[in-house]
Amino acid sequence: MSDAAALSRPRTGAGWSRTWFLPLIGVGGLLALWALTSALFSPNLPSPLKTWEVSKPYLLNPFEKRGELDQGILRFTGYSLWLVAKGYGLALLIGIPIGLLLGLSPLFRSSFDPIIQILRPVSPLAWLPLGLVLFGKSAPAALFTIAICAMWPTVLNTALGVRSVPQDYLNVAKVLKLSRGKTLFKVLLPAALPYMFTGFRLSLGIAWLVIVAVEMLTGAPGVGGFLWQEYNSLIYEHIILCILTIGVVGYILDRAMYWVEVRLRAESAS
Amino acid sequence: MSYLELSGVRKSFGPAGARTEVLSGIDLGVERGEFVAIVGYSGSGKSTLINLIGGLLSPDAGRISLEGKPVSGPGHDRAVVFQNYSLLPWLTVRDNIALAVDQVFPGWTRQRREDHVQHHIDLVRLTEASRKRPHELSGGMRQRVALARALSMTPRVLLLDEPLGALDALTRAALQHEIERLWSEERQTVVLITNDVDEGLLLADRIIPLSRGPGAVLGPPVPVDLARPRDRKALNHDARFKAARAEIFRYLLGSGRKEPAREPAEVR
Repeated sequence: MSDAAALSRPRTGAGWSRTWFLPLIGVGGLLALWALTSALFSPNLPSPLKTWEVSKPYLLNPFEKRGELDQGILRFTGYSLWLVAKGYGLALLIGIPIGLLLGLSPLFRSSFDPIIQILRPVSPLAWLPLGLVLFGKSAPAALFTIAICAMWPTVLNTALGVRSVPQDYLNVAKVLKLSRGKTLFKVLLPAALPYMFTGFRLSLGIAWLVIVAVEMLTGAPGVGGFLWQEYNSLIYEHIILCILTIGVVGYILDRAMYWVEVRLRAESAS
Repeated sequence: MSYLELSGVRKSFGPAGARTEVLSGIDLGVERGEFVAIVGYSGSGKSTLINLIGGLLSPDAGRISLEGKPVSGPGHDRAVVFQNYSLLPWLTVRDNIALAVDQVFPGWTRQRREDHVQHHIDLVRLTEASRKRPHELSGGMRQRVALARALSMTPRVLLLDEPLGALDALTRAALQHEIERLWSEERQTVVLITNDVDEGLLLADRIIPLSRGPGAVLGPPVPVDLARPRDRKALNHDARFKAARAEIFRYLLGSGRKEPAREPAEVR
């Protein structure tokens, strides 16, 4: 037993260093670089300490509402998340059926695949004006932009998923003479779900990426709107606060989706 | 006319100009309640043959009929057990079987369907595992589920496509025993495809060799009149067993051309 403990000690030591110590070196290095840059090269860039001082009220009272444009950081994050949720929901609602058609119908694939390939790389900054032209108001334009930018991974992964359903499962459906609807809901969708979920995760990442640009351009309240407003008010500390918040929230969203995805894969592994 | 009848059935695969004829004129008659084994090399077109009977493929020429009615497409009167189990991994054992039962007997009451599912779970001795999913089961248990699912459809013909091919030798022997037990209880009409001559001899009333492809045809049938239940150990010393075995091997080894067997195209 003592042998086992002796053997496992260095290994857990290495594990500790990998999970905590090395990342801390990374963070520390970046902070040092930041501090040096602001002290020596770019006087406009606030130092880490100053950023912390100025951001404190927004971080320590994250849900406080002092005014329309002066709210705690998590309150702003909440607005952004809600807008993302709506846009993302719309993206899935449109993306899944398109993906299914793309995967199941060669006719649809031949007709629309070229268009999809051309629309897919278009930036959110380009879609938003079109949304404003289409809807006349900024709120629906924002939703439109998030949805149309975020849906592509869902479309492509859903199509890939239904195309990758093993022939065995389709043979089962054939031998049992399942109707088209039953084949879709009882065989195709469950079999394609792990692929689709990869699409859902990537789509959510894009939706979160797009939200900042959309809020900047429409002035909607949220992290992105706050960032742009504070830039215009010359409070540069808050730009950094927003960047860090956006990064952390994006990371948490991605991990949460990944957690579900891994469980789905384990569930459907044969 | 036989219960299940194939006459002059041909099937080719591949693009026009480079087509390979996999089956060249298959004539086969299976009587009601009969257990027929078709034995042949890998890639000789055995699976193609079972997919034709199952209706997953349609023949280029010839006719297939069951009870005098022509077969066109899949039907609940013919259940197929595939080599790779083909269970839906996200469903439990019970739900995999229930999927078939609900589809085949939509008119039954819920209770009757549930009882029917339970009966077949018990039949293949998976009562304990009924709430498990396929990935929690061994290969042999998975194939039992596939068997139960096929039997639960109460088909007129049970089509077994190398059902034990993916199993280790011991599990294989256990399941052969299981299949024989099920067959003697239900007297189901069975067509078994296998590459194992002894398996055919152990289970079937009649063994028909399939010649080496491409262009495979069925050889002369060899009746297996050995008393049931058949004992694997005793069989090895039985003169009739040895004679039948030799006859099939003689046909299989002598059949066909020298060119290597080609794998037929996948069913799509």
